[in-house]
Amino acid sequence: MGLFTELKDSISRVTDRLFAEEEPKRIGIYGPPNAGKTTLANRIARDWTGDAIGAESHIPHETRRARRKEDVEIERNGKSVTIDIVDTPGVTTKVDYEEFTDEMDEDDAIRRSREATEGVAEAMHWLREDVDGVIYVLDSAEDPITQVNTMLIGIIESRDLPVLIFANKIDLDDSSVKRIEDAFPQHKTVPLSAKEGENMDEVYANIAEYFG
Amino acid sequence: MPKATNTDDPDAPDGVQIDLISGERMDGMATMEKIRMILDGVHDGNIVILEEGLTPDEESRLIEVTMAEISPDEFNGIEIETYPKSDTRNASLLGRIMGGDEPTAKLTVIGPANQIETLHKDETLISALVSRD
Repeated sequence: MGLFTELKDSISRVTDRLFAEEEPKRIGIYGPPNAGKTTLANRIARDWTGDAIGAESHIPHETRRARRKEDVEIERNGKSVTIDIVDTPGVTTKVDYEEFTDEMDEDDAIRRSREATEGVAEAMHWLREDVDGVIYVLDSAEDPITQVNTMLIGIIESRDLPVLIFANKIDLDDSSVKRIEDAFPQHKTVPLSAKEGENMDEVYANIAEYFG
Repeated sequence: MPKATNTDDPDAPDGVQIDLISGERMDGMATMEKIRMILDGVHDGNIVILEEGLTPDEESRLIEVTMAEISPDEFNGIEIETYPKSDTRNASLLGRIMGGDEPTAKLTVIGPANQIETLHKDETLISALVSRD
């Protein structure tokens, strides 16, 4: 009897998988350190699932491990998409522990810098192997034409991944969305403030439209 | 192949060594050979200039290997500069038509993060300040 039940369950699992809807797309949230990636990931996760993803901080490299929030269903204007959000560590080509010593003691700063370097490598690995689309987050109060941004956008394009650019921190006085649109005219730029929750309707409409 | 860099030599002149590496020299090299050559030069305190740059995939691996080699008080990483692309989508499409991951073919400057500082960059000009350490 036990064998029959196991066989029935096994067949049921296979048929469920065969007729299941498409697997959720893994959307990586990428960008330089301190662009507001985790604040955005938390905003999306809280709005649609009620849970946060990770801790936010003004100190760069707060996120030092890629974190995934599964099955986030976003609906807007009759369109719906189910995604896994992957919040990734900020990408850089350099990490100096002395940048953190104003905020913590030297041992903690060294540990943070080591974890940050591992996190950047992990983010690059996810980008090459494990994401289906990218939300690229930029601080709209900063110059977008940096080498990291140029390289990462180039890497994303070379892998033919769909990408939306999010011009974050529009609540800041120095914010310039146009500067980002001019830097990357080949991609759609969506303005927002993840911290203040500004323009999130347009954010969700674009996610549902673009990744749906 | 001769080693392109050497600043450990006590008789070496007091200055910053610049290695200009031709596209021809890079042509026959595997990705990791290119990355090793670049990072060995940068570890020695040299400025490495690539005539034809790296492919996006090679750039992503350069970032990964650089991160693995960062060590407190010894190596903080790299500063790397290339000209921004004016329309990367067209380049990417061309790359696909031509059958693969074409090199960016854009001059690229790489140096130790604590010695090179970018002063200005646009589509036609890179201006950088290089110090001895």
